[in-house]
Amino acid sequence: MKHKYLKNVATLNLMAEKCIGCGKCTEVCPHNVFSISDKKAQINDINSCMECGACKMNCPVNAISVEANVGCAAAIINGWFTGSKPSCDCSGSGDCC
Amino acid sequence: MLTDAKDVMKVSEEGFCCCSSGCCDNEKIITPYDEKDTWIVGKIHTLKGSVPVISTDIHFKDMLGTWKVRWGINRMSYMINPGLYALGSPDNSSPVLVSANYKLTFDSLRKELSGLDCWILILDTKGVNVWCAAGKGTFGTDELINRIRKTGLSQIVSHRRLILPQLGAVGIRAHEVTRQTGFSVLYGPVRAKDIKSFITSGFEATKEMRTVKFTAWDRLVLTPMELVQAAKTSLFVFGILFLINLFAVRTFGLLDFIAYVGAVITGTIITPFLLPYIPGRAFAWKGWLMGLIWTSVYVLSNGLLASDTLLLGIGYLFVLPSLSSFLAMNFTGSSTYTSFSGVMKEMKISLPFIISSSVIGVVLVLIKSFIG
Repeated sequence: MKHKYLKNVATLNLMAEKCIGCGKCTEVCPHNVFSISDKKAQINDINSCMECGACKMNCPVNAISVEANVGCAAAIINGWFTGSKPSCDCSGSGDCC
Repeated sequence: MLTDAKDVMKVSEEGFCCCSSGCCDNEKIITPYDEKDTWIVGKIHTLKGSVPVISTDIHFKDMLGTWKVRWGINRMSYMINPGLYALGSPDNSSPVLVSANYKLTFDSLRKELSGLDCWILILDTKGVNVWCAAGKGTFGTDELINRIRKTGLSQIVSHRRLILPQLGAVGIRAHEVTRQTGFSVLYGPVRAKDIKSFITSGFEATKEMRTVKFTAWDRLVLTPMELVQAAKTSLFVFGILFLINLFAVRTFGLLDFIAYVGAVITGTIITPFLLPYIPGRAFAWKGWLMGLIWTSVYVLSNGLLASDTLLLGIGYLFVLPSLSSFLAMNFTGSSTYTSFSGVMKEMKISLPFIISSSVIGVVLVLIKSFIG
């Protein structure tokens, strides 16, 4: 059964005019968000995007923007208390990943 | 291949005496290792020095280690030395797989590679799995480039291709690695069990191999950790209840304990396990719904809505589902599909409800405790 999370929230954006159609985004995306047609990438399923940032990291022409961050409630709460950017770095308590 | 491994092991045993001082064996050791480790079966000689050969067998000690980290025991120090390892009898044309130095990750990789001849380059991720380490940047471009240089990989293999786990892509700029080292980065499948077919099919990954899943089993193995975390916090709750009991008219007992533990288990185990089958999308909602079911069943079956215990029954209906809801929301961190923007949205909506509902519930239960 496919998991579905909140709709219309992902910050993913593809600038198609910059895209060279190398297909690296389709290779790295863990949720099949992209596909290639006519030598250009396109976003098929933005609601499956988990904002991990793999596509942005591996796009050789910077055609993808996304506010990559961890989708972890404990990390966000920690961030509020410590005033820092949420991160998975809860090594001491080992709460999230 | 088995006899090869044994021969290599013999060499290793003979060669082992005072290697650290380098008196009898002038060969450089590329990756230091502990001779007592059962997953190392010998060493192989390369132009740049000796490389430990690893086994694809999982022993009792490995299984015990896995079980322990799942329960949070020594979880942050379960690691192996970063560096280059050999599997089977690789030569200069054998593929190079890259992975993390979390022993759990390493075990789940090597057990899938029986019969294969390959090199495994282990990055120093401080004992964290590939995906999380990539998110933190320790499974990253700089570490990969440094590790390639430190091990002298470009002189050990003649080809220029690395196979990385797909989930490592969050931390790696493939084009940057190629620019600085000459090695091209090919992202392999998400799961280690697909690596063999990926290699034998000429490095073709199907859509299925490229997609992250989150099966009932995947979720279930993560729940002990959730429970351990909640149990630690619960000790404070029990401490406070104990203090209250010293002064209260109605003391907390087994009935309350079961209600509370049920709500914790609902949030940390039941909701994660049933996740895709519970209606709705937000984790906080799913947890609240399951918590409400548990609390209703418990309150009704114990007749807590009778007039003398009405405050307690209603109090529980406010506080316990909120508790399950909060614990379920924390499971977003263990899930493989929640986005930061989504979690942020659900927290902004649900936290005011969770907090106010908990306060109301606690007040009602305390009124019952002190007034009777």
